[in-house]
Parts: sequence; structure tokens; C-alpha cells
Amino acid sequence: MAHEIIERNHSLGDVCVIGLQRGGEPFATRLTAILSELYGAPVPLGLLDVSFYRDDLSTNPVPNSAMTHIDHDLTNQTVVLVDDVLFTGRTIRAALNALSDWGRPQSVQLAVMVDRGHRELPIRPDFVGKNLPSSQSEAIVATLEGVWIGTREPS
Amino acid sequence: MMDTIRGENLLSLDDLSRSAMIEVLDVAESFVEVNQRAIKKVPALKGRVVASLFFEESTRTRLSFETAAKRLSADVLSLAVASSSVKKGESLRDTIATIDALGIDAVVMRHQSSGAALQVSRYVPHVHVINAGDGLHQHPTQGLLDVFTVRQVLSERHGTTGTESGSELFAGLHVLIVGDVRHSRVARSDIGAYVALGAQVRVAAPGTLLPDDIENWPVTVADDFDEALEWADVVGLLRLQSERGSGSYVPSLGEFTVTYGLTLERARRLRPTTLIMHPGPMNRGVEIDSRVADLPSALITRQVANGVPIRMAVLYLTVAGSAKESTL
Repeated sequence: MAHEIIERNHSLGDVCVIGLQRGGEPFATRLTAILSELYGAPVPLGLLDVSFYRDDLSTNPVPNSAMTHIDHDLTNQTVVLVDDVLFTGRTIRAALNALSDWGRPQSVQLAVMVDRGHRELPIRPDFVGKNLPSSQSEAIVATLEGVWIGTREPS
Repeated sequence: MMDTIRGENLLSLDDLSRSAMIEVLDVAESFVEVNQRAIKKVPALKGRVVASLFFEESTRTRLSFETAAKRLSADVLSLAVASSSVKKGESLRDTIATIDALGIDAVVMRHQSSGAALQVSRYVPHVHVINAGDGLHQHPTQGLLDVFTVRQVLSERHGTTGTESGSELFAGLHVLIVGDVRHSRVARSDIGAYVALGAQVRVAAPGTLLPDDIENWPVTVADDFDEALEWADVVGLLRLQSERGSGSYVPSLGEFTVTYGLTLERARRLRPTTLIMHPGPMNRGVEIDSRVADLPSALITRQVANGVPIRMAVLYLTVAGSAKESTL
């Protein structure tokens, strides 16, 4: 995936990686380490929590928030958003809204470890680890160790 | 006892479990970060209406609640009681009914009568009521921001973050609350918060400024103020509340300062790590020497700054994702 990102962006000079809390964090950290090594210079890493930007706050319980760390202006940067599992696309919608508070990126690309389908918004990933067709009733968890498929708790 | 304030009212810290308090502190930590951004605003309460009703004067609490609501993108209805129909004799019940008819999700209320916030929560059960100080009873967000400030400073010293692990730092912490305990809702909320988190609390005050039922409080009374200052890790000063008649409980302000004021001489004898707190507004030269208030170990402006993230956390948890249904 790191090679695909380099291929797409030619140089990593303006690229920064932003992991979505909490599931995207370990992948963003590892991806940044690999990109930095391949590029030969550190690639900036940020972490974003989108709890306060969600559109389902009135119907779902308030999610547990985690910390956001983005310490640079994103204007004219190419932002690679990293998340573990892409499902309805609503987290990504919230993340796009949040990013605009840190400036106007040149472009935003999306990297996910697993794309399980069932999109509810016109959002598609640029880089996918694994396409995993799934049922709505399944729960899918991706970690650095692997991917688990289970049954979703009724919400 | 509530294990979370999600979707609830916040009337008194006595209603909250330790984990409910820690949840507020942890969420506030996220809002500290929001307040450091160039754009200090998130859309969490977009389209929600928060009414701010201060029947008693306030600078810090009202401004920080209104700032908090605005940074969460809520609309704020602010009633200036002095220029409202309250002055024509409109009752609390009718005032609330009027504001409710405009369509509100939450009301932040300060009132001179103990229990006023609870009463309002019964008038409008579909609205989230947040107590911003009721008489001599409670000031929950002040208690939360005080423990948040202490947790922040102690965590920094220990090189940890303020979240969950930081709350362990309260175990066995020595907290001394000084001054007009009798008239202080801040003391009542502070004591509730510190005790729930595991601290030991002593109070020091002239006998006349201690409440009559002090033996039922989870605190010990310090016999010797100067000895208690040596014991303390945190010294929480209280304002002498002249508007509630404190003046008549002490022979003179000068005598109060000599016996229970944090003078420069006393502050110099504190351990260097001891934290000095005051909820404001200060009577400089009465309960605290002006030069003490400006010492680095005095956290007074930090307390004010933390008022915004704590109140954002309280509004966010109570109002966002609420189960309460509007009757409109």
C-alpha cells in the first residue's frame, strides 16, 4: 500500500498521513513509518478523532472520544486518511468536514485496510488492503494482527 | 447515583459516581485540544438551543458556559434577568415556561435559591438542566473544573496524560478547603468531587463559618490552620460571601485575614509543590493576599481557562445524543 501511495503521488514532499481514531491509528503509524523509510525523510503523521463531527449524535449514543493531534496547517498538502474498516462512509464524511478546520488540502486520499461495502454516501477508497464483501449483520475488526469477522451487537 | 451524565441533567455532584466524573474529565481533555486549534469550533450541537439563565450575577461561569455552547455550534439564548420580566414579578415557573415555548434543548441556570435547578428540571422534564450554582447547595461544573485542573497539573508533574491513569493521582491527596464553607456551594461541590476521586479533605474556618451539620460531611475539621497548611497538597480558598452576610459571622475582615487568610507569610511556608486554588471572584487582601494570587503555584487563571473545556464536555455529554424528546 505504501508503494501505491508513492506511485500515485510521485514525491512525498507534500504528503501527510492522518489516522482516524481509534481503529486507524495503528495502521497510520505503521504506514507512516514505512513511507518515511522508503522516502528517506520523515512523513508527517496526525491523528484525528471525529466524534464531535458525527451526524448520528442524536440517534446513537455519544461515542467515546479520543485525542486529536494535528500540529500543522494542511493547506496545499496531500492528505492520506487512514482507517481500519470502511463501512457506511459516515466516519469519512465526518473526517472530511473536520479536516477543513485545519486548512484546505490540495487533495484528500483514502486508505483503508478493509472495504466491507454497504456505503451510504458517495465515498470510495483510493487504496484498499482487502475487499471483503460482508453482511450487514456481521462485525468486522481489523488490527495489525489480522481481521476478525463476528456478529454485530444489536444497536 | 448516576454512572454517566449522558442524556441526563447535571444538578449536583452528589448524584455522580466516580466513573461518571472521570468520564467528564476525559471528554474535557479532548475539548482542551479543540480549544487550542485555529478554528475552535466543532459541530456537535449544531441546531441545538442552550438557554442561559442567570438570576444571580456571574462573570466566569456565564461567559464560559456561553463560550462552550458556541464552540459546540449550539445557539445560545441568554436572558439578562435584570432587564427581563422577572423584574415585573414573573415567577420562575412562568419564566421557564416562556423560554421553553421558544424551543430549547438545555438550560444552564444560576439561582440564589438552593434547589432551584432541581425545581426547574421538574417543570421541564424534556429539557436538560445544568446547574450553574444554586444558593448554598451546589456548583457542579466548578467542582469538576477544580479537580480537572488539579489532575492536569499532577499529570504534568508525573509525565502522564490526564486521562484515566491521571485520576489515580487523587488517591490519598491532601486537600484543604479554607474559609466561608457555610455559604459556599463551591465547597460542597469541590468536596464531593475530591472525595469521590479518593482524596482526603480537611476544612479550616472559624467555627461561625462552618455549616451546622459539618459532622455529617466526609471531611475532618482542622484545629490548627497553620499545621493544616503544612499537611496540604492542595489549598482551596473560598470567597468570603458578603452578599450572603458572611461579614456578620466574623468579628472583622481584618481578623479573618489574620486567622484564616492566605497571607504572603503563610504562602511562603507552604511546601513548594502545594497548589493554591480560588474559584473567583477574589477578595484580594481578605482571604488571599494579592501577591499570593499572582504566584506561579496559584492556579486561578488556569481554573478559569479550564472552565470552557469542562463546560463543553458537560453540554456535549448531556445534550448530544440525548434521549429526551421535545414536546413541541
